[in-house]
Amino acid sequence: MEKSILRLTLNGRERADAVDGNVLLIDYIREIAGLTGTKMGCDGGECGACTVLVDGEPRLACISLAASAEGHDVETIESLAEGTRLSALQKSFHQKLGSQCGFCTPGMIMASEGLLRKNPDPSVEEIRTGLSGNICRCTGYVKIIESVQDAAERKAEGDAA
Amino acid sequence: MSNQHMGKAVPHDSAAKHVTGQAIYIDDIVLPAGHLHGYVSMSPKAHAQITSMDLSAVRTSPGVAAVISATDVPGAIDIGPVLPGDPVLADGWVEYAGQALFAVAAGTESEARAAAKRADITYDDLDAILDIETARAQGSYIVEPYAITVGDAQAALAKSANQLSGKLAIGGQDHFYLEGQVAVAMPGEDGDMLIYSSTQHPSELQHLVAKVLGKSSKDVTVEVRRMGGAFGGKETQAAPVACQAALLATATGRVVKVRLDRDDDMMATGKRHPFHVNWRVGFDADGVLDAAAFDYLADCGYSPDLSLAILDRALFHADNGYFLKNALIRGFACKTNKVSMTAFRGFGGPQGMLGIEAVIDDIARHLGIDRLDVTKRNLYGRDGTRDATPYGQRVEDNILPELIDQLEASSDYRQRRTEITAFNASHSHLKRGLALTPLKFGISFTATFLNQAGALVHVYNDGSIQLNHGGTEMGQGLNTKVAQVVADEFGVPLDAIKITATHTGKVPNTSATAASSGTDLNGMAARDAAQTIKARLAAFAAEQLGADGENLSYADGNVLIGEKTLTFAGFVRQAYMHRISLSASGFYATPKITYDPATRQGRPFFYYAYGAAVSEVVVDALTGEHRVLRADILHDAGRSLNPALDLGQIEGGYIQGLGWLTTEELWWDGEGNLKTHAPSTYKIPAAGDLPADFRVAFFQGENREDNIGRSKAVGEPPLMLASSAFFAIRDAVASVAGNRLNPSLDTPATPEKVLMAIEDIKQRRDTEQ
Repeated sequence: MEKSILRLTLNGRERADAVDGNVLLIDYIREIAGLTGTKMGCDGGECGACTVLVDGEPRLACISLAASAEGHDVETIESLAEGTRLSALQKSFHQKLGSQCGFCTPGMIMASEGLLRKNPDPSVEEIRTGLSGNICRCTGYVKIIESVQDAAERKAEGDAA
Repeated sequence: MSNQHMGKAVPHDSAAKHVTGQAIYIDDIVLPAGHLHGYVSMSPKAHAQITSMDLSAVRTSPGVAAVISATDVPGAIDIGPVLPGDPVLADGWVEYAGQALFAVAAGTESEARAAAKRADITYDDLDAILDIETARAQGSYIVEPYAITVGDAQAALAKSANQLSGKLAIGGQDHFYLEGQVAVAMPGEDGDMLIYSSTQHPSELQHLVAKVLGKSSKDVTVEVRRMGGAFGGKETQAAPVACQAALLATATGRVVKVRLDRDDDMMATGKRHPFHVNWRVGFDADGVLDAAAFDYLADCGYSPDLSLAILDRALFHADNGYFLKNALIRGFACKTNKVSMTAFRGFGGPQGMLGIEAVIDDIARHLGIDRLDVTKRNLYGRDGTRDATPYGQRVEDNILPELIDQLEASSDYRQRRTEITAFNASHSHLKRGLALTPLKFGISFTATFLNQAGALVHVYNDGSIQLNHGGTEMGQGLNTKVAQVVADEFGVPLDAIKITATHTGKVPNTSATAASSGTDLNGMAARDAAQTIKARLAAFAAEQLGADGENLSYADGNVLIGEKTLTFAGFVRQAYMHRISLSASGFYATPKITYDPATRQGRPFFYYAYGAAVSEVVVDALTGEHRVLRADILHDAGRSLNPALDLGQIEGGYIQGLGWLTTEELWWDGEGNLKTHAPSTYKIPAAGDLPADFRVAFFQGENREDNIGRSKAVGEPPLMLASSAFFAIRDAVASVAGNRLNPSLDTPATPEKVLMAIEDIKQRRDTEQ
């Protein structure tokens, strides 16, 4: 497999890496960039654990080629906090117990981030729809939905991020 | 001891790491240069003799460092956790499609996978048993059938005024822990092995790795910081990949990671047992049971694994919350050529309960009495009568009558029943259904010896504390709860305590974190360790500080010694200077439990956890589609140690149960291949499947037994609350034919099955007329 130079913006930083053409975006993020917050859940684009944002839109990193992100802006869970300061969604998922085992959480938060950027004040129904591609096996979703609502309120009140 | 943390809604100790992506799972561990990736090749055959296995082309494939098959295993090949039957790699024949054949280690996962495809293996096919009925007809069992009996069911049945019989097929369930099976094996000196595994049972895994390597437990160390979900699926099922990784690491002398791809994980690893339940019951005109005969047939798959304990628990829960004066409860552990079915939240209990709930449902419709009334009339007594279970334990803590009354009122059950009847009368194809189901779940491992736990607590001379216990964290918040216990013992804030990874070198000979018992056992063991240290501190204070040891009190980061207040850190520093040991192990063995497997009588459970739920559904009679409109839950967590975590268990349990009973369908083809091996074909509930109106409350009360903080275990029981949704669907289906006939509806009640049940009941109605 021929390597070529992949140029993109990852969490606000420009990168250029020699990458095989068949490398998946998730493997690029986890293994080449060393950011392991993005999780591999189902290996097939069906559980949402690998959700990242590409140009602000949720994208499943486990079924996207890294090359498809050429010239684009990729954001992962590691981009949300500023130092130790959690983003609104992170605070809400923390305090509202939106995570149990935590494995779906990075993808769930990135999907929620994509949703709130488009729709800062989603209804419960819109949250359910927005997160319908993300499986959580622990929480039963109640506290995840509450976390997203809580984050929307925080943002409306001017909380950072 | 203070009470500043126990009972409080403290967030999960790892939550800040979960939300930032900093929580480290096995696949996130940075491995040393030169590490290898293992791949396990799986059998395409359900039952066959392996006539030849040529792996030479695999060995010469690019990047390959080692290829191993059963003949390369230095120690034992069998890794059956209780009884033999599970080869780590196929040893001459295969007994299910998905069984491990051989393992490859290569520089990358794709190299290992590509290499494995070059294997040349030939088989002689053997007859495969792929369903419960065939297994029963051929007498294919893991153990001989057995029974729990009380009274004389046959005689009582013959005398009963009313008799009914029926059957229910109950589907299995894939765990779909978000983090699949994964292990890293790191070889050390002397052939020692360090294993990082996503396992609920580090001690057993340590033992099994040692066994396949031909070593002993002292040579193997297992560490697990956290799992990305488990639900029983990592009790025994974590061991094969860990053993395979250890074998490859031994063969190469290099670090090896084995991580199953999701499809492989679903095909290769065990699931919740499918069951068939057949029953014949006798009852009076009020619906009160005189006699019940149940046959529980479990599809165990190809090997024993934990099936016998699981079938035991199913039989122990054939009564659910109901008094059975005369009962014959038979269990059949059917051996089939499928993956070996294993532990899954509830461990057979849910299947046990579902049988008698179907009985209650049928009796109610047969007599034209509301299901709730039949439920209430059959409950165990509260005054020392009607309180003996079929296995001889007395139900001393029955709170179901009160709990159900409260839920009946808070959910407006009767009024909604009236409204639903009216709705159904005025709607031709949308039909609503309503059901209340109770649960009573026995807490303790039924194998009595497993009810033990250890802990290790270190107090450092700066006043900080490291807490280790034998339990494992899978998202349930066990570490948080145990830290709450220890923080209250020492009167220190939670952040004074570091919760460390579970490690077989720190606490040995542990039981699996299973049977909902994690907090009960490990909380007590950790408290015991803390109290040992406190006893030494009290003696020190009496001797050196002139204090009355009895009057030491710990709160707010301080120790009150007589009139004097010292900071906790200052106090332990003084103790250290006086050469007092500040480290202790703790131990706990659950009291009161005894059970005789020979007579199948005794007290297997320390106590029972209770709960009840009301679900309301709407079914589209033209398509079979359905959804839960509202669910009301009242659950008994005793005096909850952490209501926020417990609420999460209840909500999550209901939804997981809803998936099991209504959408998650395991479908094997005629050759024994599981075809629903990814979420694309295996429908796991998503956010949109949540009841539109979901109301969860705790029953107010405390554990009568001296359990940790008078709390009750809450891991498994809530799953069974979802049976209310299944029986609500059944109610809706029955309404199509005037609520008189009992629907033929198995689980999972997928739209397809619901539609077939509707067509069937319509036909029966029309034939009657």
